[in-house]
Amino acid sequence: MQIPAPFDYARATTVNDALALLERHPDSRVVAGGHSLLPMMKLRLARPEWLIDINDLYELDFILREGDYLRVGAMTRHTTLLESPEIARLFPIITDAERVIADPIVRNRGTIGGSLCQADPAEDLSTCCVVLRAEAVIRGPGGERTVSMSEFHRGPYETAVAQNEILVEVRFPILPRSGSAYEKVERRVGDWAVVAAGAAVSLAEDGTIDDVAIGLTAAGIDRTITEAEAVLHGKKPTEGLFIEAGRIAAAASDPIADQRGPVDYKRHLADELTRRVLRHACARALEVRHTTTQEG
Amino acid sequence: MTIIEEHPANPAAGDADRPIGYGRLQRKEDPRFVRGKGNYVDDIVLPGMLHGAILRAPVAHARLVSIDTSKALAHPGVKAVITGQDLLGLKLAWAPTLSADVQAVLVTDKVRFQGQEVAFVVADDRYSARDALELIEVDYDVLPPVVDVRKALDPGAPVIRDEIEGRTDNHIFDWEAGDKAECDAVFASADVVVSQEMVYPRVHPAPMETCGAVADYEPIDGTLTLYETSQAPHAHRTLFAIVAGIPEHKIRIVSPDIGGGFGNKVGIYPGYILAVVGSIVTGKPVKWMEDRSENLMSTSFARDYIMQGEIAATKDGKILALRTNVLADHGAFNATAQPTKYPAGFFHIFTGSYDLQAAHCKVTGVYTNKAPGGVAYACSFRVTEAVYLVERMVDILARKLEMDPAELRLKNLIKPEQFPYKNKTGWEYDSGDYATALRKSMDMAGYDELRREQKEKRARGELMGIGISFFTETVGAGPRKHMDIVGLGMNDGAELRVHPTGKAVVRISVQSQGQGHETTFAQIVAEELGIPPEDIDVVHGDTDQTPFGLGTYGSRSTPVSGAAVALVARKVREKAKFIAAAMLETRPEDLEWEKGRWFVKGDPSAGKTIAEISMGAHGTVALPEGIDGNLDAEVTYDPPNLTFPFGAYICVVDVDPGTGHVKVRRFIAVDDCGTRINPMIIEGQVHGGLTDGVGMALMQFIEFDAEGNNLGGTFMDYLIPTALEVPNWETGFTVTPSPHHPIGAKGIGESATVGSPPAIVNAVVDALAPFGIQHMDMPCTPARVWAAMQGRPRPPI
Ligand SMILES: Cc1cc2nc3c(=O)[nH]c(=O)nc-3n(C[C@H](O)[C@H](O)[C@H](O)COP(=O)(O)OP(=O)(O)OC[C@H]3O[C@@H](n4cnc5c(N)ncnc54)[C@H](O)[C@@H]3O)c2cc1C
Repeated sequence: MQIPAPFDYARATTVNDALALLERHPDSRVVAGGHSLLPMMKLRLARPEWLIDINDLYELDFILREGDYLRVGAMTRHTTLLESPEIARLFPIITDAERVIADPIVRNRGTIGGSLCQADPAEDLSTCCVVLRAEAVIRGPGGERTVSMSEFHRGPYETAVAQNEILVEVRFPILPRSGSAYEKVERRVGDWAVVAAGAAVSLAEDGTIDDVAIGLTAAGIDRTITEAEAVLHGKKPTEGLFIEAGRIAAAASDPIADQRGPVDYKRHLADELTRRVLRHACARALEVRHTTTQEG
Repeated sequence: MTIIEEHPANPAAGDADRPIGYGRLQRKEDPRFVRGKGNYVDDIVLPGMLHGAILRAPVAHARLVSIDTSKALAHPGVKAVITGQDLLGLKLAWAPTLSADVQAVLVTDKVRFQGQEVAFVVADDRYSARDALELIEVDYDVLPPVVDVRKALDPGAPVIRDEIEGRTDNHIFDWEAGDKAECDAVFASADVVVSQEMVYPRVHPAPMETCGAVADYEPIDGTLTLYETSQAPHAHRTLFAIVAGIPEHKIRIVSPDIGGGFGNKVGIYPGYILAVVGSIVTGKPVKWMEDRSENLMSTSFARDYIMQGEIAATKDGKILALRTNVLADHGAFNATAQPTKYPAGFFHIFTGSYDLQAAHCKVTGVYTNKAPGGVAYACSFRVTEAVYLVERMVDILARKLEMDPAELRLKNLIKPEQFPYKNKTGWEYDSGDYATALRKSMDMAGYDELRREQKEKRARGELMGIGISFFTETVGAGPRKHMDIVGLGMNDGAELRVHPTGKAVVRISVQSQGQGHETTFAQIVAEELGIPPEDIDVVHGDTDQTPFGLGTYGSRSTPVSGAAVALVARKVREKAKFIAAAMLETRPEDLEWEKGRWFVKGDPSAGKTIAEISMGAHGTVALPEGIDGNLDAEVTYDPPNLTFPFGAYICVVDVDPGTGHVKVRRFIAVDDCGTRINPMIIEGQVHGGLTDGVGMALMQFIEFDAEGNNLGGTFMDYLIPTALEVPNWETGFTVTPSPHHPIGAKGIGESATVGSPPAIVNAVVDALAPFGIQHMDMPCTPARVWAAMQGRPRPPI
């Protein structure tokens, strides 16, 4: 049994209660699913004096469609995301990713909020949120603010959420004729990514690419590869373009060598997986376009 | 003779679910496990018990300059802090290993591997003990470490064991088997010779339950009760008597339910000794339970062999000879658990299942700045390394000769009429029908169809591989004239008592870590005495309750202890015959046995059951001369030879050419462990071992960086395969009983762990054959598989 350093514990009953507790205890951390924070505490890599438990905040556990947005509460568990038909239809990239995030035990507890706030470079949902151009809603003593993903991410393990704030919600814009996909290489089921890639595209009426986002996980970069996206903009998706985008993604990536693999392999994966997810995302977008056309 | 039927005609076997004797009996131990009522070391709570924690070295090689425990001692929960200096005073700073070396219990002079034990804190609770570790201040003078085993023998390499007088290098031993001159001569005249260096990397048994102990020293009468995670309680008791100077009759070792061993719990770890010292010092029971990282970083690893293999053959595929030089990394102390005369274990079974003209191996053992250990992870004393070597070499030869690997094996397997077969390194294989087993596995796999599918896939650019391994094990150590561990002969005892009402208790010297002894050994008695297995209790794991013996590892429980149990039951049966004769007022030679009863020849209605005889024995029957009034017996079994289980495994993999990811699509395992006592338990052992094989072949590796830091200290880094990485196992069997074993059983515990890694690697290399790849080292991670394909001409894809 691995034993954390001593800490105190409080269970918040509402978001405001949690914010008050955070304010009262400067050296405190909220605990959501606990599947990132508790292992770090057991290894004594994290030693908060207080844990503020937000697992009773059911008000943050929701998936709601509101106009052109899908709103997902920060306490939504991985399993809920994995099993949601709405997510599978609108944002299949999230379903793809959830299938390969950890294992059922971790997914039953781990949350989207915890995942984004942990901001581990190998964390999968951050890449999904980036390529879906999601926004994060953060609440603090002064009220709520909404930030884009690029503002949210400040680097590995660093986000725009201050000590006395809580991430309450993630908002995903719903675009017409869109498709998305995620693919990850792992050494074993439940392992963190060696490298993973995600892509989202939306097509114009004429089938050209209206908007595209490509992201990489565990590739040593700030997730998005705008140069690769630029190649695809306004063009009809073709295998040639995917190859070109993959090449650019590999060149832009800056992975480190570790037990999961050497740099050249990870670069290769950036290329290989970028091609695969673009192919897949475009195929999905075309399917959507096809069905909407038929329905229309 | 090979029997292929599962239930050899046996009218008294009973129905399949409730056999009297052999058959698919549900495990007797499972009700308590599935209800969470197991009793593991960590479940033991004694009145007044304190808790220990070990401070471990953060670096691999360093002089200990100073250690200050004052702040830790000031912690309100702390009762004692023990350092190497304290142990020097007690003459306990160094303890003998199982390989004629010594190992530091706590560092006194120098740290020799990362994670080594530096100090021991005893406190009121686990939390205080763990917190107090951070209050101990240690000053280290860091030294250059020896991490790369290939550089351990370089002149000028740092000398790790400089505490041993006169030591100027890191060399431990050289060991050889086979006739070198004869082997070289065969190689010199062979048509074809292929060679390959291969690394069997350092892996870890990683049992779910980590190691631990509860020591309870009673100062008034000087008794020590030690609950510990041990695969060999009796050997541990003797060693504790020698090391700690406590008289052996005052020591009781209890190994309760054990959550997996795989060789990890054979040795005596510093933590066990420290719990005892802690109890002596504080006068209270002390519990020490290591955490996952401690288990992975400091306890017995496995393998770590660099093998240079060479195989010689004729042009048409007759294998002539095999030779190999091995560099073995033993870590900082030679703490390998193996029979004394065999510093490389049974590696010299590397001639495998083939009829060779010559063979030679040389193994060099060296020290490095890594955790000690060496024989663990279900390896049958290095048979794992041996099987891997020969099965990879045969595959490489098949490629060179452009022969199908199954065909090459069939051509060279030892033939049934050659048994008992003397190999070129001194083993006498007891029995086997190898070709039948291999053909059976090929039939189950649909081998020809798989090869056809592979051909079509290759034409489409898809990478599919088929790998075969045929293994022979040597288990059940062993005959006392050849085999001992620290001077203790490798024999095992059994005591059987039949109570007046015919219920029985059998006490055995081996200890179960999940193998199902409480069921299997009851079934052996049931088969011999004809009483239901439910009526027989199996007692094990407590030195006060069981006869002496060497314990469970190296697949030795059924071959050695199983024989003892069969023989003790036969002894009881014989005794019962005399008592039955007295009861039936006839002569013993006029009685005939049928399962469960003695009856008068020619008059089956006149007979006595075991229960009736037992009541008679304990009752008022006038006993014949020389027969005393009970139905008990005891036996210590000295095996005449080892047993040689074997098997044929076929693995099918698909490799993603873009990512290097390997998927094990199918795995066919045909095992022959001789007589099958409980086929369900056998299949369970095989399933577990095959899963281990997938772990080793595809993902496991205890890696170190250049400073000697262990990079595999958690389950996020040291990967354990799950149901999701493995296919549905397709198991089959043949039955070739061992001729010298009382019931013909050979042992199954380690077969699958031994046999599966080469099948998987052979399959991966076969998948990569279009790239001209001859070999790749384990683990075949996606990164390594991808790297193997790079810089090679793309196949016609
Ligand atoms: C064995 C294992 C395998 C894993 N594999 C993967 C994987 O393959 N891919 C992957 O992406 N993840 C993986 N994870 C991580 C898993 O997804 C975690 O659940 C997730 O990263 C964190 O979510 P959580 O709810 O558990 O957060 P917690 O551990 O509770 O918290 C993480 C951090 O976020 C903060 N936090 C949590 N919620 C909020 C909030 N609402 N507002 C502000 N701060 C907050 C906490 O204070 C803490 O600092 C794995 C975890 C384990 C244990």
